[in-house]
Amino acid sequence: MALFRMPSLGADMEAGTLVEWRIKTGEPVRRGQVVAVVETQKGAIEVECFEEGVVEELLVPLGQKVPVGTPLARIRGAGEEAAAAAPSPAEPAAPLAVTEPTPAAAPSARERGPQLPPASAPAPAAARAIKVTPAARRRALELGVALERVHGTGPEGAITVADVEAAARGAAAELPPGPPVAPARAREAPEKPSPRHGFDPVAMRKAIAAAMSRSKREIPHYYLESTIDLNRALAFVEARNRERPPPARLLPAVLLLKATALALRKTPELNGFWLEGGFRPGPGIHLGWAISLRGGGLVAPAIHDVDRLDLDALMAAMRDLVQRARTGGLRSSELADATFTVTNLGERGAEAVWPVIYPPQVAILGFGRIVKRPWVDEAGGLVVRPLLRVTLAGDHRASDGHLGSRLLAEIDDLLQRPEAL
Amino acid sequence: MSTAARTTYRECCRQAIRAALLADPRVFLMGEDVGRYGGCYAVSKGLLEEFGPERIRDTPLSESAFVGAGIGAAIAGMRPIVEIMTVNFSLLALDQILNNAATIPHMSGGQFAVPLVIRMATGGGRQLAAQHSHSLEGWYAHIPGLKILAPATLEDARYMLAPALLDPNPVIIFEHIMLYNMEGELDPSVTSVDIEKAAVRRHGRDVTLVTYGGSLWKTLEAAEALAQEGIEADVIDLRVLRPLDEATILDSVRKTRRAVIVDEGWCSGSLAAEIGMRIAEKAFFDLDAPLRRVCAREVPMPYAAHLEQAALPSSARIIATVRELLGRGG
Repeated sequence: MALFRMPSLGADMEAGTLVEWRIKTGEPVRRGQVVAVVETQKGAIEVECFEEGVVEELLVPLGQKVPVGTPLARIRGAGEEAAAAAPSPAEPAAPLAVTEPTPAAAPSARERGPQLPPASAPAPAAARAIKVTPAARRRALELGVALERVHGTGPEGAITVADVEAAARGAAAELPPGPPVAPARAREAPEKPSPRHGFDPVAMRKAIAAAMSRSKREIPHYYLESTIDLNRALAFVEARNRERPPPARLLPAVLLLKATALALRKTPELNGFWLEGGFRPGPGIHLGWAISLRGGGLVAPAIHDVDRLDLDALMAAMRDLVQRARTGGLRSSELADATFTVTNLGERGAEAVWPVIYPPQVAILGFGRIVKRPWVDEAGGLVVRPLLRVTLAGDHRASDGHLGSRLLAEIDDLLQRPEAL
Repeated sequence: MSTAARTTYRECCRQAIRAALLADPRVFLMGEDVGRYGGCYAVSKGLLEEFGPERIRDTPLSESAFVGAGIGAAIAGMRPIVEIMTVNFSLLALDQILNNAATIPHMSGGQFAVPLVIRMATGGGRQLAAQHSHSLEGWYAHIPGLKILAPATLEDARYMLAPALLDPNPVIIFEHIMLYNMEGELDPSVTSVDIEKAAVRRHGRDVTLVTYGGSLWKTLEAAEALAQEGIEADVIDLRVLRPLDEATILDSVRKTRRAVIVDEGWCSGSLAAEIGMRIAEKAFFDLDAPLRRVCAREVPMPYAAHLEQAALPSSARIIATVRELLGRGG
């Protein structure tokens, strides 16, 4: 018997609202199947299941907001008896306890790597243990304060309204000045219907604020920059695109992403997570691709195993991802699995970006705008070339600048040999 | 400021009865020792001389009989005031109070009203031991059909009786034995009081202290001490124990987000339990601390003075409980 739980879709996610079931009791489910839609601060996310079996029982009704880790459905593995007979040891009275997979689920979990993120594998259980007064819980929701970071001073160490408000003041002091956090109520009356189902710019801003504040608070960033000559890479793209209809054409970004993935194979110390005081390598090279949304905000869903995709497949994956990020329909694995993030400013961007690491990842790469500038070529002659400034922010706890330099050098090297990508 | 204006709670009770006797010929007082002895707590002293034995009637030691007689007189059109010496003795008349007084208007389909007022002494603190010192008003507050009053101030002692007599249904007034000697000045601007609302006797923002009767003054004393530490308490004097003025309690709790109920009754199944539950039901999401109670210890009331004091709610216990709720240690 396995429990399908509310997944954590980012370090900052504490709870999600179940808005749609795509499965029914008694139906078979496959590993990777989208079984539910969950509304989070990042909008409505299609959630995949990593169990194989038959849906025994749906445990949470639609519309209910539950903490990360809460069992949503019980899934009977192939060959297992129906639940009536089997006392299910995997079913704790308190919903949040177990984050380890049950034996039946273990192989798949290993394939997928850690069920990500965050920092918070143990956080849900801890969150349940904290004492919070009802009024404080409501105030925390209004102010967007994460309760596990609040120090309780009430009876039995309970978190009170005053504690939440103090924490909110503390957090506000850390953030750059910005619009005040709107109370949750603001959500109920958006000025116009949001194009993305479940997308709430206020909530997303809060999610970004929480993740970025945490990053700058906890991660000692180091920064590196290289300028790369894209002459060959762009020529390669142009040649590839010449005989193709527009929908099948490649964008230069696909080369940048592929080069990054291949380079990361040689510097695996930059691909993974900083968890519980140590580095944990990513289970694959799943690149988070930062996509800015039209309503404001940003998501960085993952493209899985970029190093193993050919350029056309990668291009298709990128188009699909951007489309779904902007219309809704991102999947839970895409939000949870990224092992490294790339931000690409594109044609209308600035020349360089100094990105902020998305915790618990340990590095992020930024590509600026491709610009024509004077350049000294291999022969020592002065030429005009399309140049790209590439920047890396690394977590100094997990790696040093030397390693980061190797990554940038490797990307440069790969982009000089685009046909090998 | 003349000394003539000073009075006592006992005197206020007496003046209330006297005024009722003067105002309405249907009113009479009946109970053990109310006439020749002047009342066990001397409340009716002098009334026999002034109004005569027809209207100030001594009864045998027979609570069931004279409460029953009061019910009959009320049904027949009189306005009896029945005094029961102490709430412990009222249990002998509980059958009359519950099965007749509270019930006859209902059982008769509204044909018979029971405009009866019963006065009882209640509470501990005078070393009267385990058969004369309990606070059982919470039991009476359990019974539909009764209105239960607990005057804690001079004004309420003086003016609650008149509206109680006007009420067509039975009303029980609980007078705390420790209040009879309380001295003060009767506010001359007050000439009548309601018997519906709780009163906020002190305003604060940090915690709501809900109490009534004899515990009001301990609670106000605790609130003053807490104010020295910067903790400002709302103090609610319930005044009416049934029906409860829920709105006043909830408004205050929604403001302060914390509540302590001070009740001289035993904790289990008490009026304090009822108030706590109503707050939990209707203001749960406004609470910023667990609900707490300061009640009598769950023992028969001890005779020894130090043990009796230890069993009763005290301002020290109220202060400690509030401090703890505010995370200020104990």
